[in-house]
Amino acid sequence: MDNSFIRFDDVSKSFGALKVVEELNLDIGKGEFVSLLGPSGSGKTTILMMLAGFENPTSGAIWSDRKRIDKLPPHKRNMGVVFQNYALFPHMTVSENIAFPLKMRGTSRADTSERVKRALDMVQLGALAERRPSQLSGGQQQRVALARALIFEPEVVLMDEPLGALDKQLREQMQLDIRDLHKRLGLTVVFVTHDQTEALTMSDRIAVFNHGKIEQIGSPSEIYDHPSTRFVAEFIGETNLVAGSVHSIDGHEAVIRLENNEVIKVVAKDRLRSGSKVVFSIRPERIGLGAGPGNTLETRISDVVYYGDHLRLLLSGGGQSFVVKTDRNRLPPSVGDSLTVSFLPSDCWAVDA
Amino acid sequence: MSVLFRKQMVSLALVAPLLLFLIVFFAFPLFTMMKSAVSDPVATQALPASTNALSDWDRSSSPTSEMSAAFVEDLRQINDDQLFGDLVRRLNSAKAGFRTLITKTRTAVKATAGPIDLTAVDKRWADNSYWQVIAIATSSTITDRNLLAAVDLERNSSGAIDTIPAGASANRTILIRTFTMALAVTAACILIGFPFAMIAASVEGWRRQLLLGAVLLPLWTSLLVRTAAWFILLQDTGLINSTLMFLGLTTEPVSLIFNRVGVVIAMTHVLLPFMVLPIFSVLVGIPKTLMPAAASLGAHPVRAFLAVLLPLALRGVISGSLLVFMSALGYYITPALIGGAKDQMISSVIAYYATGAANWGMAGALGLVLLVATLLLYVVYLRLSAERELKP
Ligand SMILES: Nc1ncnc2c1ncn2[C@@H]1O[C@H](COP(=O)(O)OP(=O)(O)OP(=O)(O)O)[C@@H](O)[C@H]1O
Ligand SMILES: [Mg+2]
Repeated sequence: MDNSFIRFDDVSKSFGALKVVEELNLDIGKGEFVSLLGPSGSGKTTILMMLAGFENPTSGAIWSDRKRIDKLPPHKRNMGVVFQNYALFPHMTVSENIAFPLKMRGTSRADTSERVKRALDMVQLGALAERRPSQLSGGQQQRVALARALIFEPEVVLMDEPLGALDKQLREQMQLDIRDLHKRLGLTVVFVTHDQTEALTMSDRIAVFNHGKIEQIGSPSEIYDHPSTRFVAEFIGETNLVAGSVHSIDGHEAVIRLENNEVIKVVAKDRLRSGSKVVFSIRPERIGLGAGPGNTLETRISDVVYYGDHLRLLLSGGGQSFVVKTDRNRLPPSVGDSLTVSFLPSDCWAVDA
Repeated sequence: MSVLFRKQMVSLALVAPLLLFLIVFFAFPLFTMMKSAVSDPVATQALPASTNALSDWDRSSSPTSEMSAAFVEDLRQINDDQLFGDLVRRLNSAKAGFRTLITKTRTAVKATAGPIDLTAVDKRWADNSYWQVIAIATSSTITDRNLLAAVDLERNSSGAIDTIPAGASANRTILIRTFTMALAVTAACILIGFPFAMIAASVEGWRRQLLLGAVLLPLWTSLLVRTAAWFILLQDTGLINSTLMFLGLTTEPVSLIFNRVGVVIAMTHVLLPFMVLPIFSVLVGIPKTLMPAAASLGAHPVRAFLAVLLPLALRGVISGSLLVFMSALGYYITPALIGGAKDQMISSVIAYYATGAANWGMAGALGLVLLVATLLLYVVYLRLSAERELKP
């Protein structure tokens, strides 16, 4: 790839017999915001640490700006790193922490204080410059870590679950702040998270990891609307997985026989073969209540859960259970009622089992 | 209210054994020792009449007849030989010649019953300075003589503080030597202990256990045994010298025993755990991500160490140093066995006064000087550490 700025080239990493990252190939463009998303233990931190230089790949090469960097010591890589627990220096004040990278680069005193002041303003911490990290709230510490990782104007910023410890409100605020900084400064960001909403709202591209391998990489909408595997479909957002076998294929439409012998129509895809078993992902919000165009199913309500802004219905029908999201303004359904639901063939997405 | 009271009584009962132990075996002996350093009751006890008579004397005019009469009376009344002996020792230590003078006078006084002319017994009684000594000795039951003598000072005849003549005592030299040696041992412990603690904190599992075990092992053997082991190792024919000679590094045995080097080596070994453990415990408490963070921010490993790890570990180094320094100040066995005559520390002088010369006053005074020096150091440490914590 031509516009690739950071490139993992067949990178593997094992700890003893344990393979943590397997033959990773990943290209990240300049100015791109890429999230690494995956369950705990899937190797996200390890990948970030190899990029930052704290772990050596067992095999493969890492490139940055067309230079091979996997043998370069961390202090020469010029990447800003925000650690999961912030890693602020407890014996330094906020401004000393932020000035640290400049001090290490021999920046003049006047220049340093000028830039520290600007960095503090950027993260709105000007009033707390003389405090120690222990006297700051989690969100404030997070912003100090961010300012410290950005002040030396690195082209690449690596963040390892930087918002993990924050409460929901602060987290959303910080998500907006980071996105804004990314756009304003043209940063290349590699962002590790296991929060799928965070990945969806912030990223240009998301790489979904499982067991040290990329399951799927693509834009948030590709990942959400067209998950390529069952794992991705289940990991990102909520979904209904419907199992069946292909009954017949007719041009753009395929007919699927469900386990209770009901049939539904779906959009035909290349890999569908007559008679083969398939699994579909149907997002809960794509299923409408009542009869409609496309497929209809008769179901029975087995549970109703109140979520404030919407209701969630647990239905059984077609030989399995479904989750459906619905507007709370509709008349409240009750458990045991029967209900007709409908969905379009184009909202059924075949995934690898 | 009564519940609270009961709770307080229960906790009091629980700490009572410790409290009692501390009072009986720590506070009380300490207090007695300090008291003996400053108390001087002998002359007042032995010479009650003279105490009265001398209290209004201006110490410059010639002795009055009432004074001699009171003194003669007192001498006649002393029947306790122990008390008389103490009195002689007390007066003679203040002015040489008192021993013969007072023994002679006592014999003369006991020979007759009536008044007696002291200057006829011995013409030294016409000399004001002898009377001054008695006046000072009886003026108070508290004295600063021992404390002053502990740092080589005394009161001259006019009562002003003065240094004692050179050569008369070596307490100050020995105190300085004690502090220098304690300082040397502390420095050696830092130099060896800091890197060691860093390594122990950076490895995990059995390696860490092994390293810590290596430092802790000496603590499980008695100090005397360890010192004796060093005694054997450091000899001219000992393991160290024979190894050095076997390797051809030296042809003559290096002198390691009965000198300062040997004492510092042995004391460093004995005190090393007290340096390693505080530093280790501070180091393992430092988050593992700080050094990588420093590196990612562009710090070369050496600079990262100086700017991040060292300042954070300093608290451990300071507590370790304090522990080592304070224990080293009071060391007795190791210098006594491995050091030469010129390497004896203040504790051996204290031991001499306490057991050899039976001068509990001087032993107490030297102990007090040591205690005050240690407490001062501790206060400085507390100040420093409080400042570090309070600094915004
Ligand atoms: N230094 C190490 N020695 C041995 N195993 C390690 C080491 N570091 C990580 N691992 C293992 O590698 C695997 C991946 O770890 P990694 O920290 O990359 O996961 P992660 O995706 O970041 O997980 P999380 O979301 O919980 O942070 C885990 O099974 C972990 O136990
Ligand atoms: Mg991680």
